[in-house]
Amino acid sequence: MKNTVIFLFSLFAGYSASAGGYEVGDKATDFKLKNVDGSYVSLEDYPGAKGFIVIFTCNHCPYAVAWEDRIIALDKEYKEKGYPVIAVNPNDPELYPEDSFEKMKIRAKEKGFTFPYLFDEDQKVYPVYGAKRTPHVFLLNKEKGDLIVKYIGAIDDNYKDASAVQETYLADAVDALLDGEDPDPDFTKAIGCSIKAK
Amino acid sequence: MVLKNKIIPATKRSMTIILPMLIFILLSSCRSTPEKKMNENIPVLNFEQLEPYLNKESDSTYVVNFWATWCKPCVKEMPAFLKLDSLYRDQKVKVLLVSLDFPENIESQVKPFIRENNVHAEVVLLDDPNANAWINKVDSSWSGAIPATVIYNSKGRDFYERTFEFEELEEIIKSKI
Repeated sequence: MKNTVIFLFSLFAGYSASAGGYEVGDKATDFKLKNVDGSYVSLEDYPGAKGFIVIFTCNHCPYAVAWEDRIIALDKEYKEKGYPVIAVNPNDPELYPEDSFEKMKIRAKEKGFTFPYLFDEDQKVYPVYGAKRTPHVFLLNKEKGDLIVKYIGAIDDNYKDASAVQETYLADAVDALLDGEDPDPDFTKAIGCSIKAK
Repeated sequence: MVLKNKIIPATKRSMTIILPMLIFILLSSCRSTPEKKMNENIPVLNFEQLEPYLNKESDSTYVVNFWATWCKPCVKEMPAFLKLDSLYRDQKVKVLLVSLDFPENIESQVKPFIRENNVHAEVVLLDDPNANAWINKVDSSWSGAIPATVIYNSKGRDFYERTFEFEELEEIIKSKI
């Protein structure tokens, strides 16, 4: 029942978005997904948040793994400032056994994730957002009760070497929101692992 | 002594003929024909160095596949590209496999994959971390997810962010060559 409601909500919310997911400026939908601690997490559970750093990520993808430490650091820094990281694994564990809920729990524990790591078990959330790869970031800002997509894309410009990063796209985007400005750029790309539907 | 003197020059003469022959036989037995040679030499390129491969001007049709050994759907569709390479090589179809594996995994992952899968198509490794700067230069519609494939010739260019079965790939190639 719970899932059906979320599914219908997702469909409804997705209806207004352009085909293939959100673009910057679109209203994003909330979701309710199972977290690695067994609880269900939804964005409405954070009334004090100014917005969210929603990152579609997973265990198996080397790019996702390469950015893990930086995702933790971003959460630590921006949770305090009102923009917590919400990580969502969109993969079907039948196709990627490493991305099973059990393996997610292990990974979250091993790495000491400071943020919820949710499982898009029915693969209903990622298509609404338009996530194509892992990791894929959607930065949301609360505006007049709505969640508005303000930035879509990459975490930064160097997947493999944090010390060689020149452009901290995501951090810059959150900083812009904190300054009351629109992120620039608001859309970037990165190589990632394709998300496969059932 | 007399005998020896006669024999030594004779042996020397025969050695001058036999040795090069032996070397030649040895070398040619080691060297296989170009078609059968597996591609173990994997150049590591940045995007600027890769770009010419995406813009060749000739009468050939180029199939450029972006993949990685850790990418399951890429590995799954690889036989289709290898079959295309072996069947259409003589019909001016050139398959280039652009690996996005990390350079430090060439010896441990990429080369073993090439050996195990008998890859004869050309393989290069693209090592250019600032993908935001070059993804759109491959194709503006590319999200950055792999596998992805560019098929082009003098008549046109198409981009595919998807996986292929051999028959689907062959149909596209037949319509282009």
